[in-house]
Formats: sequence, structure tokens, C-alpha cells
Amino acid sequence: MPSVSASSVLPAFGGLDSKGRGSRLLAGTDSLREIEAATRRIRRHIITMLAAAGSGHPGGSLSAVEILSALYFRILRHNPQDPFWPDRDRFILSKGHGAPALYAVLAECGYLPVEELTTLRKVGSRLQGHPKAGSPPGVEMSAGSLGQGLSYAIGQTLAARLDSRDYRVYCLLGDGELDEGQVWEAAMAAAHYSLDNLTAIVDRNRIQNDDFCEKVMRTDPLPDKWQAFGWHAQEVDGHDLSQVIEALEKAREVRGQPSVVIAHTVKGKGVSFMENNPEWHGKAPTPEQAELALAELAGED
Amino acid sequence: MTTVSQATAATREALGPTLVRLAQGGLDIVVVDGDLGVSTTARVFGKAYPDRFFTLGPAEQNMIGVAAGLAAAGKIAFASSFAVFISGRCFDQIRVSVAQPGLNVKLVASHAGISVGDDGISAHAIEDVALMSTLVGFHVIVPADVVEAAQAVEAAARTPGPFYIRCGRPKVPIIYDESYRFQLGKAHLLRPGRDVTVIATGIMVKRALEAVAALEAEGIDCRLLNMATVRPLDQEAILSAARETGAIVTAEEHLVHCGLGSMVAQTLASEHPVPMGFVGMKDRYAESGRWDVLLEKYGLTAEAIVAEARRLLERKAKGP
Repeated sequence: MPSVSASSVLPAFGGLDSKGRGSRLLAGTDSLREIEAATRRIRRHIITMLAAAGSGHPGGSLSAVEILSALYFRILRHNPQDPFWPDRDRFILSKGHGAPALYAVLAECGYLPVEELTTLRKVGSRLQGHPKAGSPPGVEMSAGSLGQGLSYAIGQTLAARLDSRDYRVYCLLGDGELDEGQVWEAAMAAAHYSLDNLTAIVDRNRIQNDDFCEKVMRTDPLPDKWQAFGWHAQEVDGHDLSQVIEALEKAREVRGQPSVVIAHTVKGKGVSFMENNPEWHGKAPTPEQAELALAELAGED
Repeated sequence: MTTVSQATAATREALGPTLVRLAQGGLDIVVVDGDLGVSTTARVFGKAYPDRFFTLGPAEQNMIGVAAGLAAAGKIAFASSFAVFISGRCFDQIRVSVAQPGLNVKLVASHAGISVGDDGISAHAIEDVALMSTLVGFHVIVPADVVEAAQAVEAAARTPGPFYIRCGRPKVPIIYDESYRFQLGKAHLLRPGRDVTVIATGIMVKRALEAVAALEAEGIDCRLLNMATVRPLDQEAILSAARETGAIVTAEEHLVHCGLGSMVAQTLASEHPVPMGFVGMKDRYAESGRWDVLLEKYGLTAEAIVAEARRLLERKAKGP
């Protein structure tokens, strides 16, 4: 493939750096505020989508909003107008039940129309209950059975190395998902192959399907576990955009080992009655609850 | 096309050398390995192309996912291990990460069936054809000998989409000579016949050749099909056999439920039912032992095929 210059393929996108990173939200000088405004829209999309679908996973979608926003609006080298660009950075959503958050962010980037979001989980929609690769373009991997994304990310990372491409691969895992043994098989392999173009992010919201993680299966101490497996580990407040962005930028500079960013988050973040409540892992809001939630999420865009 | 050679080889021996040849020819092949690369012969490729060969340890679930990621990035990704581990341990990874997105992953499983022998029932994959055949869009191939196995590996490399190729551990007689041309999705007619048809896969093809010869000596004109591609099945060959011979015996080194026999029966039941006989493992696990002794003990023999053919001919003679 010929090398692609961001400026030649992205005339419509104003905020890209010389390597094509970022997106249209970065135009202007106060971009962090713009990203924050986007996170509010994304949270409202999530509530609206789930209420329209009548099922789905609000808690782990809301907890991941800043992580996804940091990635798509600042970190990833991508182009919504060319979703199969061979040199794009890859984002793998391993915690597939967070699909509503991914679709909402992709819509804000322009991969799909915002109006399409309310087709989630409906017959004929591209927006499957759990992600299906390429549906819509921008969704990198089929997921929904926990624990498989990091392995897939390793495959893409090894391919980059073989093809001498400099794209990076990012993989978002849930903390409950870390109970899956395959994650640790993959963690060992990524360190064995010194995959420094791979970054994992753990959405550490401390709640899994049935209950608090601590009650279901203890996973602490997480940084120690990843470090013992040979990873560079950082911990951040997963709702502080600056911290998330800074950690992901630092991960880019790590050499000789893969990086993990453990993002401490609040499940259901932004909606008072959903926050830190295990009941909201996999239940859609009623229309009345959605109205309350949207009122709480109202604010300047 | 078939040979009387006394030479033997294991079907698994086809993998490594064939991949090396294909990579030399320019195919963008990578191989992931689950710490069984000597047994599967994948390490032959690893020696020739060390930067395209990834050892992942006996962590097969991760191995499948890595293969899927490599395929998603444009590689022809081969993954190899024993049949029990690939089909059983990794079923969900294969279903979600490979079959559902339809990725270009080629699973080459060795040590299938009870012919693994001494290692015992944990190592005897007698369910793998059933499991892999349930996956939408998968090709499932059970080669009869090393010549066919090599051509199946090449067909898999050159055909987009997911494949499962089932190979065996023991050295078995080579049936085909180099003039043979494996055709994906097509049964190979080893002997024409009008009285009854035997449809066989894998190491049972050699036993079926012996059975057909024994039946011929009795004056029975037996058709023999090598059904190397189990998915998708060659419906046309099966239905022609049913219409023209009126009775079908299947022979497989696999459970008789949900394997080749069941799939042939489904084809016949919906289009042209005829009496059938099933040679294979009969709803039980085997045990440790020398592989050829196990095949005898568990009824995977030429004699069993002959007995089923005779039974069907008697039934045909009595009429419906």
C-alpha cells in the first residue's frame, strides 16, 4: 500500500495532526471542552438508544464514555471517511456489551448518522446487540463472548509488525471480563512478543453482571497482576479526560513491552440512580427513567 | 489415480511442508502454534519462516483469537493443534472470533479420532467433525491420505474463509498418487457400482477400498465415494448414489451421530430416502491401546462395512 498522507485523504477534517490523529472535534483551541461536550451528547445517545431498544447494558456503556472519547477524539489515527484505511489505529471493544457507547462515539465521529442510533437491537439494523465486525464500518471486531478481544488485538499487532506498518492497537476490557482465563493467556503472549504497539485499557468500574466484582471474584491488585505478566501499567481516573489522554500518550512512548491503562470508573456514570448500582449492568431504562436520566445529562454541548 | 504402493505416511505430515511450498510461492501465510508444532509438523514452516511462526504455548483459546486478528489484518492465518483442543476447547472462540465474522482462518487439527491410540480417550477427538460442521460458513475436510491432505491444505490457503482440516496421527497407506486432484466440495469416485454405495472419509477410505474388493469377490457391484469435503457436502454425488444404487453405507472414524453419516442421512431424508448403514463409533468412548487394535475392537473395519452392505442388500431384496 502507498503511504497515505492525512491531509490528502482528510480534507473535511480540520483538527488532525501530521500523523492523522484526532478528528473534527479538535478544530479550535479549546478542544478538551469540546470533547467534554461530546461526552455529554454520547451519554444522552446511550440512554436514548437503550430506552428505544428496551434492553441492553447502560452501566458499562456509561462508565466507558471518557475512555472512548479520549481514544476517538484525540488518540486514534483514524478516518471516518475511510474506515478500512490499512494504516488506521485499531480499537477493539472486547467488552462487547459496551456496544452502545461505541456506536454513539462512532456516530459522533461521522461513521454513521446519529439518527441511526435508535435502531439499536432492532431487526434489520446494523447496530447489533453486541458488536459485529464491519457493521457499521468502524466496528473492528465481533464480540459479545467475553475474553476474546485481547487475543484478536495481538493478532492485528503482530500483522502490523510483519507488514512494517506503524499503526497501534487498543483494546478495551471490562474488569469483570478479567475473570476469563483467555485474557491472561493473551497477556502472557503480548509480553512474550514485546508488543509495544499494543495498549489495553481496563474499564475498572468494580461491578460485573451479578454483583460487585469484589464479591463475585476478587481481581485486585490489578496493576501488580499486569506488571507480573510483563506489562507497563498505569492507573488513572477514567472520567478525567486529561488523565486518560496523558496515560494513553505515555503508553505510546513505552518501548519493549505492552501497556495497560487501568481506568478507575463509576458504573452508570452520569445518571444518579444508575451510578455504582449492580442492577444497571444489563437493564434498559423505562421511558420515564430515560426522561429522568436525560434531564440529569442535559447541559451545554 | 489410486496406487498400489506400500508406502505409508500420516496425513498430519502434509501440513508443514505444504505451507513452506505455498509461502515460497508468495502466499501471505502465517502460522500460530499451540506447543504441538513438532507433532502437527507446523514447526517445519516455523524453521523456514521463523518471523511468520508464532508459538503461543498450550493456550489454544488465545491462539484462535490471535489467528483471527492476523486474518482480520489480511493474513492467511493457519492455526494448528490436536483435534480435541481446537474443536472442543476453543469452540466458542472459533464461533465468535472466526465463524461469525467469516475470517480467513485455517484450522488444521491433527491426532483426530481413536487412531491417536495409546494416549486414551481425552485425546480421542470423535466429536470434532460434528462440532466444526455446525459452524456456519466453515469448510470441513477429512483427507484420506497424505496426498489428499497436502492438496486440502493448499485449497484452504487459496480459498477465502474459514476451514477445518482433520488429520491423523498414525502412518497409514497412501491411496492416491501424484496425478490425483482434490476438488473442494466434490466427492471422489473411487469405484463405480450399481448395487450399493459406500461413502467414506479419512482413514476409513482405505478400509472401504478393502470392503469393496471383498464385496466384488462375492459378485456385489459396490460404488465407493471418498467424501473428503464433509462441509459443504456433495449433494449431487450423494443423491445420484441413492437413485442409482438404492442403498448407502457411511464409514467414518467419528461418532455415528452428528457426523458424516448423519449429514448424508439428512440429505437423503429431504430428497430421496434409501436404506442406510452407519459404520463409526457407536455412542461410546474408546480406551488406550494400539491404534490398529482399537479400530478392530470398536468396529471401524472393512468387515463392518461389508456386513452393513450385505444387510442393506438383503433389505433391498425384500423390498419396501
